[in-house]
Amino acid sequence: MSATNLHLFVLVVPLLSAFAVNLLGRSSKQWIAPLVLGSLAFSVIGSLVTLARVVAHGTLRYTVGNWQPPFGIELVVDPLSALMMVLIAVVAFLASFSSLKSVEQELPGRESFFFTLYLILIAGLFGLVLTGDAFNLYVLLEITSITTYGLIAMGRGRAALSSFNYIIMGSIGACFYLLGIGYIYILTGTLNMADIARILPTLNAPVATATAIAFVLVGLWIKMAFFPLHSWLPNAYSHAPTGAGTMVAPLMTKVTVYLMVRVIITMYTPALVFPHAWITNSAVWAAALAIVCGSMLALGQKDLRRMLTYIIIAEVGYMVGGIFLANANGLTGSILHIVNDALMTLCLFLVVASIIYRQGTVSMVSMQGIFHRMPFTMAAFTLGAFAMIGVPPTCGFFSKWYLILGGIDAGHWEFVIALVFSSLVNALLFFRVIELAFFGSLGDGQHHEHTASERHEAPWWMLKPLVLTAALLIVVGLSTGPLVNNVIRLMIPIGF
Amino acid sequence: MTPIVSIWPLAAILVSLLGALPIILSDRQPNLRESWTILIALVKLTIVVALLPGVLHGGGYVFTIAEVLPGVPIELRVDALGMIFALVASCLWLFTSIYSIGYMRALDEHAQTRYFASFAVAISATLGVAFAGNLLTMYLFYEVLSLSTYPLVTHEQTAEARASGRKYLTYILGTSIGLALPAMLMTYAAAGTLDFTVGGILAGKASPELLALLLVLFLFGFAKAGLMPFHGWLPAAMVAPTPVSSFLHGVAVVKAGVFAIFRVIFHILGPETLQTANLGVIITTIASVTLLIASLVALTQDSLKRRLAYSTIGQLSYMVLGAGMLSATGMLGGVLHLAMHAFGKITLFFCAGAIYVASKKKYISQMDGLGRRMPITYLAFFLGSLSIIGMPPMGGFISKWYLLIGAIEGHQLLLIAVLLTSSLLNAAYFLPIVYRGFFAASPEGGEEGFKEAPLLCIVPLSLTALASLTMFFYPDVFIKLIRLALGAG
Repeated sequence: MSATNLHLFVLVVPLLSAFAVNLLGRSSKQWIAPLVLGSLAFSVIGSLVTLARVVAHGTLRYTVGNWQPPFGIELVVDPLSALMMVLIAVVAFLASFSSLKSVEQELPGRESFFFTLYLILIAGLFGLVLTGDAFNLYVLLEITSITTYGLIAMGRGRAALSSFNYIIMGSIGACFYLLGIGYIYILTGTLNMADIARILPTLNAPVATATAIAFVLVGLWIKMAFFPLHSWLPNAYSHAPTGAGTMVAPLMTKVTVYLMVRVIITMYTPALVFPHAWITNSAVWAAALAIVCGSMLALGQKDLRRMLTYIIIAEVGYMVGGIFLANANGLTGSILHIVNDALMTLCLFLVVASIIYRQGTVSMVSMQGIFHRMPFTMAAFTLGAFAMIGVPPTCGFFSKWYLILGGIDAGHWEFVIALVFSSLVNALLFFRVIELAFFGSLGDGQHHEHTASERHEAPWWMLKPLVLTAALLIVVGLSTGPLVNNVIRLMIPIGF
Repeated sequence: MTPIVSIWPLAAILVSLLGALPIILSDRQPNLRESWTILIALVKLTIVVALLPGVLHGGGYVFTIAEVLPGVPIELRVDALGMIFALVASCLWLFTSIYSIGYMRALDEHAQTRYFASFAVAISATLGVAFAGNLLTMYLFYEVLSLSTYPLVTHEQTAEARASGRKYLTYILGTSIGLALPAMLMTYAAAGTLDFTVGGILAGKASPELLALLLVLFLFGFAKAGLMPFHGWLPAAMVAPTPVSSFLHGVAVVKAGVFAIFRVIFHILGPETLQTANLGVIITTIASVTLLIASLVALTQDSLKRRLAYSTIGQLSYMVLGAGMLSATGMLGGVLHLAMHAFGKITLFFCAGAIYVASKKKYISQMDGLGRRMPITYLAFFLGSLSIIGMPPMGGFISKWYLLIGAIEGHQLLLIAVLLTSSLLNAAYFLPIVYRGFFAASPEGGEEGFKEAPLLCIVPLSLTALASLTMFFYPDVFIKLIRLALGAG
């Protein structure tokens, strides 16, 4: 293995293990865990090394099969994609422990199929952040989507229907994206992002370029469940097998947001997108609406996992809004929030997986008194809740800081108000759960008898990654300064 | 003089945060667990006192924990104002720890480990508020304090505790996220920094309208200071065990709110900037209204702890009122009252707890003749009330004296009237309790004879009463610190 294209192996190793899991896992289940964990551990180390190298030496480019662009496929690792690689690798690695346990319980006998799709999805996500080619991006987007449809459809009950709904919405989104790319290809004659960025400004075709980006953006918005195109997400994520939710929920929407950042700052350059006030203003207003409506809808849920899915919709609003504020603080906040929100969502979905593993449900009613049964899990939940509310020094606070500051800079007060509102609603949402979990039932009027149930903590296999994730929320929060200065700032376009 | 880089401020905060671990681990050995609590309290007080000389010489200490945002690190800085709060808090925490042991064991409370561990986190956060070097760091510890006190408020785990906990978080977290956080961000957007600087950071950088908006957002955003209409959480929080009410809702939590308002007025907005924009009147109006209404409501309360809670709301407004006068004497009086009131009020709460432990009585109407059975407690209660009313020879006299001088110097006749009326009201709601305790006939069938609370309750409350007395004669350290904090040298 050549050290110069280590980033390619970060993608290839999970992909090859996917096939190995499919072949070997059918005969013996023992192969699955070592293959999944081993390949993802390799990805974690490989992506960290890549990030260090990119930060030290600048952007890496790699042409697959030595075909030069614009004809060949180019992989580009700049600081942002390296950061995303680390994020994907770490989240997938931590989630896979919990997934292995949940799948063993929920889908006995089908583990090999599940983890084949699981690893292909992860490889696809790596591909999405690595590719420098707009059409490849489409192909990889479909690979990740199709594997996700499959994973979701493996769930019980109405999972198949939810997955079908997702397929329809996802395919419409893909069509929009493809149409946009088609326009761009007609305009520029290339699909390489760097070439597109070079050619587009010379064309002097503002209507055509704006139409193309509008198609691309709407396509991505459907894929990331940006309000009001979100309707597929709550069902899909809450009917999915628990083991799929822990990995899909933190990563899929966040990687799609990353794609939007990539399209805007690398393929189109901000100078071609942000001067269109009708695009930016309507996006920020829609983001503010997404935040408010996502939060309000979350209030009405009677199941913890469904509540979290609506919070994801609100959080997508945070990130989209931040980008279209069109200033440095907003963009920094959005990129930072991609990282932070992935970790927060992971933490909370790991909690959900642990609780489901023990008691089969996370309905609000079943959460009563759970602090006594699963104290460590609930401690991690509390920390994840604080991050979602935005209590310093958890990471959620710092991205919110940049986003609000960006809103003030841009004079988009509706976005500022929406963010503060959402923090308040999140506080309400999570403390409602914490209160239930802390007190248990009080209906009978007798107190001090709530601890009747025995302690029944999640297995260590699920608990350790969870505790690590919860700790990461604070570690990442305190490392906000270095993270912004050494990585994210490099991606903020000059002149911002 | 430039501050010295030192890890000791961090150590002072961490000692109780890390101390929560051995407390949790000694779950099954109560004596060991309580030894840890006392040991941590002693170490913490020692560190804080050891930092005092450096601050008195004008230097102070600084320590950067993490560079998180451009121009706004998470940074600790020990200056004179922070020192006052830290001294008061760490000193009274030691007394509270001893008192807690007596109280919790006498009542055989449940979940004592959770109780002592949460307490340890709360005191860490309190020192963090005191030692914070900028607004962001202070906000961070302020929130940690809110969250760590939630399990203490809801300790009883009854329906009432649950409702109170909900109210507590709604008020405290709602205002800090909804009002203080946006105000902090707007300040940052205008000034580009959040460092606490003598004279403020917004001079010439904000219009009077923005200043007024920020002032109001901050005053109500730090709702721990209990300014009306955001005071409702404090009486509700009285459902907590008495040591919690005495330390947190007599000293640490409420004073963290007032302290935050001091910081904002002195070191963010700046007294002169506020004076120029003529905004002092906003502060004094809100404070005066709260002060009078709270004192009147206190008169009507029969539950002793609730009466103390309304008294606290009123006294907190004295402090804010002093700061709002924006004159040297007024601000001195306001800050001094923070220290003086702390010692007085904690004595009163300790007494309320001692009465409950010894006789299970919560309501003033049941306490006739009780002073004859609990003379030490009632004597301490008497001294504590005198301090709060502001009568010599108690510490509270000195701070109220400065407040009055400040009002006279500023020719603010209305404020003089408010201060005097309120002192009368204070006397009217405290002294009858003492009088009835000693002189009213005991209820029929009541037991006679001497029955005090356990020694571990009596000793701390006697000591704080004596400290309150001592501070009348030796307020110099605090006055020197306040003059340093206000930049008067």
